[in-house]
Amino acid sequence: SVQAHKEADNPQKTMEANGLTPVPGSYDYDLIVIGGGSGGLAAAKEAAKYEKKVMVLDFVMPTPQGSSWGLGGTCVNVGCIPKKLMHQAALLGQALQDSRKFGWQFTEEVKHNWMTMTESVQNYIGSLNWGYRVALRDKKVTYENAYGEFVGPHTVKATNKKGIEKLYTAERFIIATGERPRYLGIPGDKEYCISSDDLFSLPYCPGRTLVVGASYVALECAGFLAGLGLDVTVMVRSILLRGFDQDMANRIGEYMKEHGVNFIREFVPIKVERVEEGTPGVLKVTAKSTTGDQIIEGEYNTVLLAIGRDPCTRRIGLDKVRVNINEKTGKIPVNDEEQTNIPYIYAIGDILQDKLELTPVAIQAGRLLVRRLYAGATTKCDYVNVPTTVFTPLEYGACGYSEETAVEKFGEENIEVYHSHFWPLEWTVPSRDNNKCYAKIICNIQDNERVIGFHVLGPNAGEITQGFAAAIKCGLTKEQLDNTVGIHPVCAEV
Amino acid sequence: GKNEYDLLVIGGGSGGLACAKEAAQFGRKVAVLDYVEPSPQGTAWGLGGTCVNVGCIPKKLMHQAALLGSAIKDAQHYGWNISQPVHHTWSVMAQGVQNYVKSLNWGHRVQLQEKKVKYFNIKGSFSDPHTVRGLTKAGKEIVVTADNIVIATGGRPKYPTHVAGALEYGITSDDLFWLKKSPGKTLPSFILYVSLECAGFLTGIGLDTTVMMRSVPLRGFDQASHVYKKKQICFTTQQQMASLVTEHMESYGTKFLKRCFPTKVEKLESDRLQVTWKNADLDTEETDSFNTVMWAVGRVPDTKTLNLETVGVKTNSETGKIIVDASEATSVPHIYAVGDITEGRPELTPTAIAAGKLLAQRLFGQSSELMDYDNVPTTVFTPLEYGCVGLSEEAAVQRHGSDNIEVYHAYYKPLEFTVAERDATQCYMKMVCLREREQRILGLHFIGPNAGEVIQGFALGIKCGATYPQMMKTVGIHPTCAEEVTKLHITKRSGLDATVTGC
Repeated sequence: SVQAHKEADNPQKTMEANGLTPVPGSYDYDLIVIGGGSGGLAAAKEAAKYEKKVMVLDFVMPTPQGSSWGLGGTCVNVGCIPKKLMHQAALLGQALQDSRKFGWQFTEEVKHNWMTMTESVQNYIGSLNWGYRVALRDKKVTYENAYGEFVGPHTVKATNKKGIEKLYTAERFIIATGERPRYLGIPGDKEYCISSDDLFSLPYCPGRTLVVGASYVALECAGFLAGLGLDVTVMVRSILLRGFDQDMANRIGEYMKEHGVNFIREFVPIKVERVEEGTPGVLKVTAKSTTGDQIIEGEYNTVLLAIGRDPCTRRIGLDKVRVNINEKTGKIPVNDEEQTNIPYIYAIGDILQDKLELTPVAIQAGRLLVRRLYAGATTKCDYVNVPTTVFTPLEYGACGYSEETAVEKFGEENIEVYHSHFWPLEWTVPSRDNNKCYAKIICNIQDNERVIGFHVLGPNAGEITQGFAAAIKCGLTKEQLDNTVGIHPVCAEV
Repeated sequence: GKNEYDLLVIGGGSGGLACAKEAAQFGRKVAVLDYVEPSPQGTAWGLGGTCVNVGCIPKKLMHQAALLGSAIKDAQHYGWNISQPVHHTWSVMAQGVQNYVKSLNWGHRVQLQEKKVKYFNIKGSFSDPHTVRGLTKAGKEIVVTADNIVIATGGRPKYPTHVAGALEYGITSDDLFWLKKSPGKTLPSFILYVSLECAGFLTGIGLDTTVMMRSVPLRGFDQASHVYKKKQICFTTQQQMASLVTEHMESYGTKFLKRCFPTKVEKLESDRLQVTWKNADLDTEETDSFNTVMWAVGRVPDTKTLNLETVGVKTNSETGKIIVDASEATSVPHIYAVGDITEGRPELTPTAIAAGKLLAQRLFGQSSELMDYDNVPTTVFTPLEYGCVGLSEEAAVQRHGSDNIEVYHAYYKPLEFTVAERDATQCYMKMVCLREREQRILGLHFIGPNAGEVIQGFALGIKCGATYPQMMKTVGIHPTCAEEVTKLHITKRSGLDATVTGC
């Protein structure tokens, strides 16, 4: 039988010439994880627990604006973490206003300093990057800051910043490369616009901002920017928060509008030009109506694109190992064990087709996958009833079906929706909006009025929703809900 | 019938009003009596009971005022430029709170009117099992007869009458929320005998506050807590959780005098109060002066003037509370009781409301559903809040044996504390489970911000018989504090470090 040689000088040629797979038992690693984000790191650390030889390859291609970051993936660097911190900064601005009504006194003029906030946030992220590197080292996981791509069966090429290439082989692979923000494909987009990849480390205050998009990323960013005192406009092509319960989505939009965010509906940008240099400078945006011929123009200091994210799967050599991807979306289809069509290659996280793009899901999937591979476990990741929260100025927590999807699946006559507005006690004294917070549960009449959907709009929506998600996992029914006494006075008791 | 009303409710608080309004839904003729005997200091208030006027509502609002003080400090770390100094003015807060409470009093009156419930602002007492009499403020006698009577008169703060000067010079929670002037002015300092929530927010708004407690936090909490000490119901008195909460308060600025008890209170010429106390540890007598002394040594049921003996309603000889069965019935047919006045029940607004409603449904709505007092969640709104549901660790061990219990726990850090550079040493949670087979969850305890919001949903889960595996299957919401509950995996038994690190 023919054996493959692991030659350091001409490995590529050898592979291509022979078209052979390295022999099992002679692999460099048991597992190579491509992508050091939420899913990838969780999987790698779990595998190390079972004394497997693991490598993590993580590399961040700089954005068109030049932004880059350290180990940890989207969530830590340009997602959940900085987002929540900046959201908190905005909430604190509101708290300052409330506090006057509660007896606190300080100068009328309160201004926000972008640099102070961003520096603090970046310092914290830096500590997390560091923490991950230490954790990997402690667990004896090999980490390389290099771009990984498949070059042949069981083999990846890792290219570092300096362009040095190395080849590694492994018995199994997990692809966890995540996604990056999409651009519009119009003149001036890459040159002048920023994305969420740039926003959280922007070294100057963004100023008057146009946010393009209606995703949760768009609304969360628009929300906190407005909360920090900036002039914010959101340009929306059609609906808000596609895929989410539309009644809730509209309430979120209404709240934002009432709190100073401008919306331009049914327009898309067609051109971005620079009018004035500077940090931030001035940009001119030309936009066209989606329903007619109308053209509008506007000037902004910053244009933030948040129109969607695309998986990083097109340039990692998947064709070389024949892993199927959805050609249109770039997402990777997997079975319920996160396995691709190639048995030794798995995928987790945001790149998966038809799965939720959430950090905890990626982490859960990664861990359970590794336990199945190396610890004889059989538990599969449960993608049903995964709770989520959108951290818009008025937060939105949800678990289970939206009202539309429930009606579609079960029929309007078979579901019952219980709902209520509520006024958080803490908002009474400062006389804040008394009819905006809202909660609803959707029950399946035919199944003992089982709670199949939970939605809440109000402060601390995430904290509230988490426990309800656990209860829904336990098969919560309306009756059990009614029999549970509320904690008083909190929002969740509604 | 011969009686004027189908239902008479004595006491217009959480339980009473809920019961009355529910009965009115069934088209019944209902009357409510509510009356507030002024406190020794002369404080009184409107319709709505303890919760609305001198309990949960003003307490949470003042707690919020204190939290906002912390938010102001945090905000500066998040880039907000606020010039020092930052002051707190009691009267602005008090007025905001009092105005809101008054709007609730008004709201309750309107609701009763809309539901055609007759309201009498009189202090009633029984003359026979279906008759209650009382005098209006103008001195006119009102006589009310009813087929069914519900007693929901609640409780009032206790005074340590053995301490000289306690009644004349001290205030209680009945007075605190209605003070027009700050309880502590130039040299602000005052003693609170236990109620940690009050001590917490008073410290938070900048007042020099000291808590004096007879014994260690464990025992001391009993007296402050509004959660009745019954086996099934969450102890706020657990040594571990209690000490974490007080530790936090100490680092937050509240002073504690442990194992001390006051012997006398005297008034000084300057209008300040001189308090003398015994230090049990050092066996010494100490003294200091304060602006305000507030007693929070427990509450007594308000049954004195009801004339219960005349109609034969049995009370617990030790506590004075009315004895009821599972259907809220007293020893006298057609006389019931709900809320803080009942023996063996949690002293919580939501349970009173639920019990009141269910009672009305059983009396007039052909329901037979009884109130379920198991697994009632609750929260203590100290500066670092503590929420819990189900059994405490001790209760679980007592009931099942320590070998049959597994306690999962974690120290965590709320994300918002990072940039704010806040100390999260006491942010902690633990889940008490059965060890065998399905590992059912017996109790959940959480210390941290927004504890009430966190615990509420999990209380539902526990009501559904949630197990540890189910909790682990629930995906977390990121980034929140609550998600840490779904990630609990270090057991106390293992002795491993329970500090959560990073994402």
